[in-house]
Amino acid sequence: MQEISNGATAYNIPEKVPFFHDPAKRSIMFQLGIMLILVFLGYYLIANTIANLERSAIATGLGFLEKESSFEIGESLISYSAANTYARALIVGFLNTLIVSFIGIILTVILGTFIGVARLSTNWLVSRIAIVYIEVFQNIPVLLQLFFWYAFFYEILPSPRQALSPVTGIFLSNRGMVFAVPQSHPAYKYIAVAFLAGCVLFYLLRRWARKRQETTGKIFPVFRVCVGILIGLPVITWWLAGAPTAMDVPVLAGFNFKGGVNVSPEFTALLLGLVFYTAAFVAEAVRAGIQSVSHGQTEAAMSMGLKPGLILNLVILPQALRVIIPPLTSQMLNLTKNSSLAVAIGYPDFVSVAGTTINQTGQAIEGIAMMMVVYLFFSLSTSAFMNWYNKKVALVER
Amino acid sequence: MEETANNIQTEELKPPVTSVGVIGWIKGNLFNGWFNSVITIVTLYFLWKIVPSFIRWAFIDSLWISTGAECHQAGGACWSIITANIRFIIFGFFPYELQWRPLVAMILLVGLLYYSQNRNHWKKSLAYAWVIGLFIMGLLLKGGLFGLTPVESDQWGGLPLTLLFSVFGLTAAYPLGVLFALGRQSKMPAIKTICIVYIELIRGVPLITLLFMSSVVFPLFLPEGFTIKVIIRAQVAIILFTAAYIAEVVRGGLQGMSKGQYEAAESIGLSYYQTMRLVILPQALKIVIPPTVSQLISAFKDTSLVVIIGLYDLLKTTQSTLSNPEWMGFSSEAYFFIGLIYFVCCFFMSNYSRKLEKELST
Repeated sequence: MQEISNGATAYNIPEKVPFFHDPAKRSIMFQLGIMLILVFLGYYLIANTIANLERSAIATGLGFLEKESSFEIGESLISYSAANTYARALIVGFLNTLIVSFIGIILTVILGTFIGVARLSTNWLVSRIAIVYIEVFQNIPVLLQLFFWYAFFYEILPSPRQALSPVTGIFLSNRGMVFAVPQSHPAYKYIAVAFLAGCVLFYLLRRWARKRQETTGKIFPVFRVCVGILIGLPVITWWLAGAPTAMDVPVLAGFNFKGGVNVSPEFTALLLGLVFYTAAFVAEAVRAGIQSVSHGQTEAAMSMGLKPGLILNLVILPQALRVIIPPLTSQMLNLTKNSSLAVAIGYPDFVSVAGTTINQTGQAIEGIAMMMVVYLFFSLSTSAFMNWYNKKVALVER
Repeated sequence: MEETANNIQTEELKPPVTSVGVIGWIKGNLFNGWFNSVITIVTLYFLWKIVPSFIRWAFIDSLWISTGAECHQAGGACWSIITANIRFIIFGFFPYELQWRPLVAMILLVGLLYYSQNRNHWKKSLAYAWVIGLFIMGLLLKGGLFGLTPVESDQWGGLPLTLLFSVFGLTAAYPLGVLFALGRQSKMPAIKTICIVYIELIRGVPLITLLFMSSVVFPLFLPEGFTIKVIIRAQVAIILFTAAYIAEVVRGGLQGMSKGQYEAAESIGLSYYQTMRLVILPQALKIVIPPTVSQLISAFKDTSLVVIIGLYDLLKTTQSTLSNPEWMGFSSEAYFFIGLIYFVCCFFMSNYSRKLEKELST
């Protein structure tokens, strides 16, 4: 006892710790030092920049947004001409980025899921093809793939006169892809309304069915009824509105097609490149997710007497999705970020339009800051969604 | 009766012909169930449609050594575009008679990579070998010492440039990424905030905006009369970009460490730096080797983006070959070739990462 207490006193912490041995104070000093260095560096860079900008007479600030852009943009969702402002040009670019990412994400998820499932197929041929697809498309830079598809449109496809038509109503040529669409008719507006109404009905019905199952235990076949509603309502509306069948078929007029919807080669090349590249990664995520659910889960569910559809819905998917969704969202984000490579093949996305703006106004700092803000907006909103989702599906442990 | 029963028991019962051998394999793997049979037949039909015509185009009707004019006459693939321009595609504008230097540098790099593959060779001497090797590679490219003619970095191009960007990019980004990961885990609020802002900012924007920044905005930051070569600016952008991703990978490893490791280190009186250097990092970095290799792969692929700021890497030398009127119109062949180069490099890396994962998990 004596010894121990002696030892304790010997190693007792002295009343006053020397300044440089106090971890708390040391850490404050260290942080202050780093901050000082950063502030000094920032001040130095900003001072240099201001001097450089003054010397080369480049304006600063966002005033240029109000000025006339005086450059044309190949394709835009909203009306735009060279007489519009830079602000409008940038909005056009933003919308172009948005549309290519949106369509790209939908197609990627479909194709990726398909290939991921094919990779696990018991059919040897199918799973081999899926493996080859995944390896090839994952291991080639996306930029090279974009160039390849772009060259495919401009070099390999014929001129509109000899356009390929793989399916009736679709024409592939070096001017892009043209396909037939139904002629405009008021009925289509009603169909859209009917479809929306069907969605609302679906949501309400599901809530009601859940409540009823909780209170009475009776199961209502929500899925089948809702598929009926979602398909049936628009079809009935279409029939009631006089069943219009006229199609706006593209016709060769002079050197190009008239009518139908024309998708530019740049857009198609970008879409194909992004979708094929990202789908390979999505396929791997889907495969990992499906494999993460052990076979015992399926057997346990079967032994409880669940039907195959219910096993998928209640046992497999909730567990597989927990593994699939995080990499899937990061792949969607990657697709959105990679869509900035559009600038290399001349599709007017946000980066491309902002690049032209920088070239014309010389205001590089503002232009690049805007690019960064746009992409940061996408990624921060995605990570906000991810956090919300993770919290929702996180395992509740005791 | 008894005899016949014995006979049946001793007689070897062969499995039916349809469940062994080639037929059995085909039946079990391609035609098990009507659904699989339909899929197999449809797939075979498409393969039959595509593969023969592709082989015809790529091998039978193709030209391997000819001029561009002859190629335009022929119907098949024109691989002559590769054979005629191989030195420009691989080495870019590097002086013609000095091109053995980047070639030797690349062979040295491949040799070093091959030697490092074996985990028994992972010793301190390997690190020295890498430092010396990288120095020799740099010397071979740059010249100026030991009687080697100096070559300006503007003339570097092609595959050596791509490899330079990825090798130097990763070697420099790795320690930086580890620092950022440690900073993000730090208890000091200012350091932590700076690291989080940096990592999230860089990961939130595409590499191309950083490359634009390095090529357009960065010169504005420098004092008058002071310039940095565009190649170095692009390299710095790649390093800063990769570091943020590596930081996240390393953070995963740090979070995988149990708290007991820190406490044990503290209890034997190790300082923060000793704890990290001797206890935490050796374990954490080992866990994250496979994701680090996949980061290396994507860094390698991402170097192709320097095309957009006009640097002559492998992709750009190919494109400028294609803009030569004699070889115009053979993009597919040229892109197939460099696609193959990228594929081979990435495929080996990803296979190696898988092998390593297996070795480390046991």
